Amino acid sequence: MIEVRNLTKIYGDHAAVSDLTFTIEKGQIYGFLGPNGAGKSTTMNMMTGCLAATGGEVRIGGYDIVEQPSQAKKLIGYLPEIPPLYPDLTPAEYLRFVAEAKGVAKKDIPAQIAHAMEVTQTFDVKDRLCKNLSKGYKQRVGIAQALLGDPEVIILDEPTVGLDPKQIIEIRDLIRQLGKDHTVILSSHILSEVQAVCQTILIINRGKLVACDTAENLENFFSGKFRLELSCDCSLGKALSIAEGMQDLQVADKKEGEGKCLLTLTTDREDADDVCREIFFAFSKAGTALLAMKSSKATLEDVFMKLTNSEEEAAAEEIPAEETAGEEALADVSVQEATPADAAEKETEDESHL
Amino acid sequence: MRAIYKNELRSYATNVTAYVFGAFILLFAGIYTFVYNLGHQVVNFEYVPGSMPYIFLVAVPILTMKVIAEERKQRTDQLLYSLPVSMTKIITGKYLAMLTVFAVPNLIICTYPLILKQYGHVNLLTSYSSMLGFFCLGAALMAVGMFISSLTESQPVAAGICFITMLVNYYLSSLMSFVSGTAKASMQALVVSALVIGALIYIMTKSAEAALGVAVVLDAIIVITYRMDSSKYEGLMAKVIDKLCLFDRFHSFYEGRFDLTVLIFYATVIGVFLFLTVQSMEKRRWS
Repeated sequence: MIEVRNLTKIYGDHAAVSDLTFTIEKGQIYGFLGPNGAGKSTTMNMMTGCLAATGGEVRIGGYDIVEQPSQAKKLIGYLPEIPPLYPDLTPAEYLRFVAEAKGVAKKDIPAQIAHAMEVTQTFDVKDRLCKNLSKGYKQRVGIAQALLGDPEVIILDEPTVGLDPKQIIEIRDLIRQLGKDHTVILSSHILSEVQAVCQTILIINRGKLVACDTAENLENFFSGKFRLELSCDCSLGKALSIAEGMQDLQVADKKEGEGKCLLTLTTDREDADDVCREIFFAFSKAGTALLAMKSSKATLEDVFMKLTNSEEEAAAEEIPAEETAGEEALADVSVQEATPADAAEKETEDESHL
Repeated sequence: MRAIYKNELRSYATNVTAYVFGAFILLFAGIYTFVYNLGHQVVNFEYVPGSMPYIFLVAVPILTMKVIAEERKQRTDQLLYSLPVSMTKIITGKYLAMLTVFAVPNLIICTYPLILKQYGHVNLLTSYSSMLGFFCLGAALMAVGMFISSLTESQPVAAGICFITMLVNYYLSSLMSFVSGTAKASMQALVVSALVIGALIYIMTKSAEAALGVAVVLDAIIVITYRMDSSKYEGLMAKVIDKLCLFDRFHSFYEGRFDLTVLIFYATVIGVFLFLTVQSMEKRRWS
C-alpha cells in the first residue's frame, strides 16, 4: 500500500530523517514509535506530501507522492499533530468544505459527512464553532476530516496527545474501529498506546528505523531471556561461585551490600519455574538463604529503551565517522535493514557493556 | 478550487474585515461623488475613482493581511498541503474570493453614474473605463498584498509590511525626483538594483549560484550597454521606476484615457505575484 524508500530529510546540517525504508501493508494498524524529536512527524509529513523529502521516495498505492500528488493524496486521510480546523467554521461546514476540496462527488457528500460524524461521534457538536470545541472534540473532528473521501490509508500524528484518560480510551477504540476498514498509521511516543492499538510497530530513533515487527515478536526477540534478580544472604564471591556452578545462567549484574549481595542473572531457557527451582536448591545446598528472588520478562518498554539508548550510544560513537560520507552510508545500510534479530544482537552488545 | 473559493468567501462573509473594507471604499466613493458631482456639478465621474487610489494604502492591507498568514498561524495550511489540489489552484481560489469581495463595493459604485445620469449629463464611457482601471489597480495591489501575507504567520506583521510596500509604491515617483538623473547615476542605480535582485533570489532559493549568476549577467548587460551608448541611460532609472509604480500608471484613467497597456501591466503584476505566492507556499513544503 505504502512504500517508503531511502526517505531522507535534512535541515541545514541536521538529518531529521535519514534513509528510512519500510513498507506498509493493507488492512493493518501500524504504530510509529519514537521519543520526542525522533522524526515521526517529519516522516508523516513527507508521506502525506506536506513536506518534500531531501532524498528518497514515497509511493502510495503505486503513485509517487511528489510526481502524482493528486492521485496519491486521494488515497490518504491525514490528521496532523494539530488538528487543522478553521476556528470560525462549525464542524458541519468544515467537513463540507474538506469533502468538496477533496473532490468528493456532490451527491456523496452528505452521506460521507454523516458517516464520518457517526464514526467519530461528533454529531452532537456539528453546529458549534470549532474554536469553542474541547480538545477531544477537535481531535475527533480532525479524524472525521481525514475519513472524508473514503481514503484507504489514514495517517494520524499523535492522535491522543493532550487528551484526558477517558478521551484517550475513546480515541483508541475509534482507531481500532477504523482499523477494520482502513489501513491506519499512527504515531506516538507513548508505548502502551502503540502496544494497545497497533499490530505492527515501527520504532524510530534519531530519524532512523531501528525495528519493525509485531509487538509480540519484538518482545519475544528481546526477552528470549528471563531475568532473575536474586538477593542472597552471603558475600558476592560465594553467590557468584554458586551461580557459576549452574548451567545456562549468565551473570548480568552484581552488587554487594551489607552482609548480602544482589545478583541479576539471565537465561535463554524458556521454563522459568524450573530455573527458579534449580537456583533455590543450589543455594540451599550451599547453605545460603535466598532473601528474595524475582523473575521478569523484558517488556516492550525495555525493548524500546534498549533500542533508543543503544542508538544514542552508537550515534555518540559515530560522530567522528559521520564526517566521512562513505562510512556514514555504510552505517545507514545496516540500520535501514534493522530487524529484530539485528536489534537482539545490539542487546547482547549492550549487555557486554554492562 | 471551487471549494477553496467558496470557503474563503464564507470566511469573508462571517468576518468583520470584509465589511470594514467595503464600507471604507464606499465611504470615500460617497464623499468624492458628493464633492465633485453633486457639489461642483462636474460631469466627469472618473474624478471619483481617480481620487481614490490612496485609500488602497489602508484598504489592501486590511483585506489581504490574513489570507495566508492566518492559515499558517492556525496550522490549517497543513490541510491545504495534504489536499489533492495543486497549490496554484488553492492560491487562485483564494485570490478570486478576495477579488469577489473587492468587486462588491465596485459594483455598488458603478451604479452611481447611472443614478447621476437621471438628473443630468454624465460621461458614462470615461466613468466606467476609470472604474475598470480602479478595479484592476486594486486587484494588482491585492496580489502584492497576498504575496506579503504568505511570507509571515503574523497578521499585524503582514499588514505592516503591506502598508509600507503600498506607501513606498505610492510615493515612488515623488521620491525619484530627488534622485540624480545623469546617465552615470542611473547606471549605478541599476547595477545596485541588479545586486538587490540577486540578493532576493538568494533569500528565496538559497542557491548562491543562481543568485550570483542572475546578478552578474544583469550587471554585465547594464555595464556593456552603458559603454556602448551612455546617452540611453539619461534619466533611465527614473523612467524604470515610473513604469513600475502601480499607482502612477492609473493616472491616465483619471484623465479619462482608456489605456490597454496599463491593464496588461496590471494583469502581469497579478500573474507574477500569484506565481510568487505559490512559490512561497511551495518553498515552505521544501524547508
